[in-house]
Amino acid sequence: MATVMKKVDAVIVGFGWAGAIMAKELTEAGLQVVALERGPMQDTYPEGSYPQVIDELTYSVRKKLFVDVSKETVTIRHSMNDVALPNRQLGAFLPGKGVGGAGLHWSGVHFRVDPMELRMRSHYEERYGRKFIPEDMTIQDFGVSYEELEPHFDFAEKVFGTSGQAWTVNGQVVGEGKGGNPYAPDRSSPFPLPSQKNVVSARLFEKAAASLGYKPYNLPSANTSGPYTNPYGAQMGPCNFCGFCSGYVCYMYSKASPNVNILPALRQVPNFELRPNAHVLRVNLDDSKRKATGVTYIDAQGREVEQPADLVILAAFQFNNVRLMLLSGIGKPYDPIKNEGVVGRNFAYQNMGTVKAFFDKDTYTNNFIGAGGNGIAIDDFNADNFDHGPHGFVGGSPMWVNQAGTRPIAGGATPPGTPAWGSAWKKATADYYTHQVSMDAHGAHQSYRGNYLDLDPTYRDAYGQPLLRMTFDWQENDIRMNQFMVDKLSKIAQAMNPKTIAVLGKKVKDHFNTASYQTTHLNGGAIMGTDPKTSALNRYLQSWDVHNVFVPGASAFPQGLGYNPTGLVAALTYWSARAIREQYLKNPGPLVQA
Amino acid sequence: MPEHAPDNPRRDFLRKTLTLIPVVTVASTGLGVGASQLLAAPQHEPKVPATPPAGNYQPTFFTAEEWAFVQAAVSRIIPADELGPGALEAGAAEFIDRQMNTPYATGAQWYMQGPFKADAAPELGYQLQLSPQQIYRLGIAAVDGWCKANSGQVFAAQDSATRDHVLSKIEAGELAFDTVPAKVFFSLLVQNTREGFFCDPIHGGNKGMVGWTQIGFPGARADFMDWVERNEPYPFPAVSIRGERA
Repeated sequence: MATVMKKVDAVIVGFGWAGAIMAKELTEAGLQVVALERGPMQDTYPEGSYPQVIDELTYSVRKKLFVDVSKETVTIRHSMNDVALPNRQLGAFLPGKGVGGAGLHWSGVHFRVDPMELRMRSHYEERYGRKFIPEDMTIQDFGVSYEELEPHFDFAEKVFGTSGQAWTVNGQVVGEGKGGNPYAPDRSSPFPLPSQKNVVSARLFEKAAASLGYKPYNLPSANTSGPYTNPYGAQMGPCNFCGFCSGYVCYMYSKASPNVNILPALRQVPNFELRPNAHVLRVNLDDSKRKATGVTYIDAQGREVEQPADLVILAAFQFNNVRLMLLSGIGKPYDPIKNEGVVGRNFAYQNMGTVKAFFDKDTYTNNFIGAGGNGIAIDDFNADNFDHGPHGFVGGSPMWVNQAGTRPIAGGATPPGTPAWGSAWKKATADYYTHQVSMDAHGAHQSYRGNYLDLDPTYRDAYGQPLLRMTFDWQENDIRMNQFMVDKLSKIAQAMNPKTIAVLGKKVKDHFNTASYQTTHLNGGAIMGTDPKTSALNRYLQSWDVHNVFVPGASAFPQGLGYNPTGLVAALTYWSARAIREQYLKNPGPLVQA
Repeated sequence: MPEHAPDNPRRDFLRKTLTLIPVVTVASTGLGVGASQLLAAPQHEPKVPATPPAGNYQPTFFTAEEWAFVQAAVSRIIPADELGPGALEAGAAEFIDRQMNTPYATGAQWYMQGPFKADAAPELGYQLQLSPQQIYRLGIAAVDGWCKANSGQVFAAQDSATRDHVLSKIEAGELAFDTVPAKVFFSLLVQNTREGFFCDPIHGGNKGMVGWTQIGFPGARADFMDWVERNEPYPFPAVSIRGERA
């Protein structure tokens, strides 16, 4: 028999960025809020203490901060005809484990969104015609516009302490010749901090890209270029480019995280409680199945606990939100054969290409220097900033040098043909560790009828519940786009006049490789939209079916963005929170009539 | 004189002072390493580090035969050569033995519930039931067995050229073992050897920071504000978590 806790106004499942933002917003509205985090308490102290945190083996290699897949993982298959197998070791993606979620170990690239990507299907149909979009591609509009989200992007940047250079502020050009991005949408205010310095690798990219006529700009970075205090009173110190960013807790208080930027404010309020080591099993529904009554979780000792609440926020990692909805019976599961149902549909990822350039010893790129959000990019091939007509694929790709710090075990790259061991490997490693530039095409990824999420029929987690099953593979559009982008990126690399380059792109018929890191930018499965037949959530991230369940996170994206997702996750969460505060609490019920 | 000129005396002063590890955090190592000991005299990379003195580490996981194999293998995967000491001298064998006593080595960090499908496509990642401990135990026995059958001697008793030849055959998948896929054993061995060559010395490998020194990685300095924009060699030697200086 489960222990029943005292009822609260709102229970939040997961304490990453989305959970922390919701907790702050809902406590400001006066609600009694409990946040349940499946993992342990984590913070700058002790997990990020210097010098213990400067330990590559413990952190990024042995995966100290990443999800414990021994307890809970996903299964993966490439098509509906295959049998899915568990993701037994972390590889392609690295969700977080405890308080702060992936927001504690992320890099900090902090974009907004290209406005056209919020109305992806409408835009492509308008410019290229309906037939340009492949038949099995299920891209959709988000149902919310950039203009509606702009105040929330703006506020999120102020909370994160983001460094960057605006192109326009209220229509006035302010960023020309200063590292602004001419393709960026208009802003209501400048970035809270100026751009960070740039590493030598980024400057080489900038020069080469400019020589080809592209328009390089400074990456917006949630790593601080100077000291900063955010609107919640949380203080940050200047980033010192320590090179232990992605996969690490920032010892300098320079990388924005829920732990540094929001939790200190929540600790001050009596109507908030953070309960770590609380693994939520399901959302409980009443007999009508139209209303949630709270959640049930397993505590650190293994006891089942029920937490009743009027409002349930699912703010877990992308695929855990989808899994919780499926396990709880919230929304109709997606059926790819009939193309019906909503929970699990439009599962999308990121379409990465990478090029490495190797230099002589007179070019010191010192790759151990780095900051996760920092770098120089171009948007000339992102979004729809170029004519896709002749190329026959959907989607764009920012390209950049984003030198987050290359550590020796993961290692710098070696030129193609270098053996994996022996003196030749050793020499190549010594020759190139501090003389190479790595650059990426960080491609958008589209959604397809055949890429979806459901519950696995065989494999279970440590608590006896079915694992989530991913059915996912690269499609022809993805390969075609990747090859186009990698070709453009290779030309930028060649313009740096390196000794040689290595190209890591996709080949025709390549399958999704779960063992090789791509990004942790997984999207969709519980998407927002304007039609309950094709979306699980309305435009306020509210479940169409169970009105007191809201589901912020990249699970709401109908397809993957060219940019990194965290900025849009944060803005959408603030957007959803405002709808809860200003509309839902006054009159609980559906905010959009189906 | 331009501010960035290498012989600008003010710049030189800043270079020496600003690359200090933050003093407040050094104290937290608890080992009483004073900041002055970490204040480095500029050097130039790459360097050929001296071979660290051999320790008398006694393995706790590997048997004597296995220990001989691991030492013989790491000495070829990253050999001592004109660039400096190799994995054996850096303590990679000790590192691997120590790792065998961590949760990593029992597979406790992996999802290990069945059913297992060992012949799955490589794109679906690791699908074996074997933990690193088992991969070593079975892999070493298989390679030693193959060597004995072919030449009457175990792997560790072969000369360097023969050991390289055997490792190449394992890497290429030319040897097939009943108990463990040769390539799985080989890639684990290479990965763990690299870890033992490049980890912080706190884990038992990279003794004297010889791995870091040979490639120009400055270890736990982790403070490069003054070096971000410079296209020039970083001149300060590596430091470790414990405050040792290369």
